[in-house]
Amino acid sequence: MTSDTSQDLFASVPDADGRFGIYGGKFVAETLMSALAELERLYRGLSSDPAFQAEIDADLAHYVGRPSPLYEARRWSDEIGGARIFLKREDLNHTGAHKVNNCIGQALLAKHMGKRRVIAETGAGQHGVATATIAARLGLECQVFMGEEDVHRQALNVYRMKLLGAEVIPVTSGSRTLKDAMNEAMRDWVTNIDDTFYIIGTVAGPHPYPMLVRDFQCVIGREARAQSLAQAGRLPDALVACVGGGSNAIGLFHPFLGDSEVAMYGVEAGGHGVATSHHAAPLTAGTPGVLHGNRTYLMQDANGQIMHTHSVSAGLDYPGVGPEHAWLKDIGRVNYVVADDDEALRAFHTLTRVEGIMPALESSHALAYAEKLAAGMTPEQMIVINLSGRGDKDIHTVAQIDGIEF
Amino acid sequence: MSRIAGRFRELAEQGRKALIPYVVAGDPGPDVTVPLMHRLVASGADIIELGVPFSDPMSEGPVIQLAHERALANATSLRDVLSLVAEFRREDSATPVLLMGYANPVEHMGYDVFADAASEAGVDALLTVDLPPEEVAGVNRELQRVGMDNIFLIAPTTPGQRVERIVKEASGFIYYVALKGVTGAGNLDLDAVSEGVAAVREHTELPVAVGFGIKDAEAARAIAATADAVVVGSALVNCAAAAIEAGGDHAAAIDAAGALLAEIRQGIDSIAS
Repeated sequence: MTSDTSQDLFASVPDADGRFGIYGGKFVAETLMSALAELERLYRGLSSDPAFQAEIDADLAHYVGRPSPLYEARRWSDEIGGARIFLKREDLNHTGAHKVNNCIGQALLAKHMGKRRVIAETGAGQHGVATATIAARLGLECQVFMGEEDVHRQALNVYRMKLLGAEVIPVTSGSRTLKDAMNEAMRDWVTNIDDTFYIIGTVAGPHPYPMLVRDFQCVIGREARAQSLAQAGRLPDALVACVGGGSNAIGLFHPFLGDSEVAMYGVEAGGHGVATSHHAAPLTAGTPGVLHGNRTYLMQDANGQIMHTHSVSAGLDYPGVGPEHAWLKDIGRVNYVVADDDEALRAFHTLTRVEGIMPALESSHALAYAEKLAAGMTPEQMIVINLSGRGDKDIHTVAQIDGIEF
Repeated sequence: MSRIAGRFRELAEQGRKALIPYVVAGDPGPDVTVPLMHRLVASGADIIELGVPFSDPMSEGPVIQLAHERALANATSLRDVLSLVAEFRREDSATPVLLMGYANPVEHMGYDVFADAASEAGVDALLTVDLPPEEVAGVNRELQRVGMDNIFLIAPTTPGQRVERIVKEASGFIYYVALKGVTGAGNLDLDAVSEGVAAVREHTELPVAVGFGIKDAEAARAIAATADAVVVGSALVNCAAAAIEAGGDHAAAIDAAGALLAEIRQGIDSIAS
């Protein structure tokens, strides 16, 4: 595959129907179809509008604090004794994760559509916090749907959202985690469609969401590519990012897809191990199906019911994955692998102690796999890991696992 | 002529409107479904809409969500639903049965396998909430092959151009969603529904059923004044569940649902010309 044809291939998705190969699409109830069409029409107009792009860029620079640094983790690299490891520091963004990149973009779309209210689903709470933050800044009413189990796991973020003026609505249906929060957000949206904008936090959901969330997150990869060239004089040999829904991974990967020499690893949550049913790794151990508006790989049983998932990180605890990842898996451009709970926890501790950077448990999955990858590479080689969020929100979870009570 | 088209023709000749009760297969227990369906017919149902349990019923309000959860706790699969319909058919070959559900269980079984098995079981039509016309080609081909109807939703937010597109794909009848919201919602606006139904009729000769948020005989009567059929779901599911919560057995749940449906039947028939 030459670089030119692959660039064309990767720029060709999604097609006009919102499909990435057989994945993606608009599998939603009729009531939402015209809202999705309106959103797509508006976005296609604005995305080529320099004034809109400038508005986003200004917010990313002055409110989020972009560009985020590409930091070489020398001590950790030396300790592993393989490839040079660079961390794309999305944890340093305002609100502490990559999620805000997308919220800035979608909230501006909401403003252009004249909506007075935004809703969001959240797992770890990072997307909820980012949405509540932008809503506070723009003076929009904000309600965040969060599975009851996650409300307990992520109490700190729940309080942050309340401080920001958002209302957090615990979701008690189904498995009481991220997927159920997304169901409930969809139900709210269908009810309040006239005045409400649904800010989806990941590259899943019905078209055009996987496309526009990807576009808003691509700033990660564009910066990382330029920074790699400026700081190391070359492109990385490998990119590593965790994949729940997959927004931080697609944001890092997408601008490099045409660079055939750059290998890519999306790391799913192995939970207690993919041999058990307690994991959240649909690309590794799932099959294609339809959920939340798109066709993608899912964790489902023999009757097509969506299975409960498990991950120590609430943000990866989701039975589906963005449709573009499903496509990238099938065409073999990205390798999808797993790191389990224990490996992620070890990586959390390692990075905290060796580099003085406390990663989110989600990002720790990427770190855990990258550590193994780096060990098999040489010091002339280079890996970029997306450090998608900071770990303050997870201190309670980690302490509990370590048997510490506050 | 399909069983559904035949039923609407009979009703039109009698100057009556159709009553379509919705219950979730396997709720509150797998043994309830077939006797409940027979009772619904005896209480005035013209077509039965059977919900296929799904783990993520995104368009359902709390009442029907819980019904899906109960049915799944009883491990009711799509194959089980088809067996229940086959069992119903042993005693009732006249009443059309429509399955309403979500794409994934059907897609997971395989559209072709489903179409054969459903038609064999005596299912007349499928309504898949999350398969709008943009996504329906695969299943439509299979339904047509076995002569099953494909029922589509049209919403208050559907523009005229889309109505035109949807009615081309649809057969049996059109299901007009009475409100912006989920099943069982409380924001029914009768004037808006009657305008919406009139707008749909500009594009199709198919009968128009109206559902979502129709809770009692009075609302059903008002809807029947403009629609060809009234769908009642959450109210029925709720009264059956309440009977059990009050300590009743499955027979009590069936009695409660039957009594409510009979009341609604009377309401609808009170406008018959």
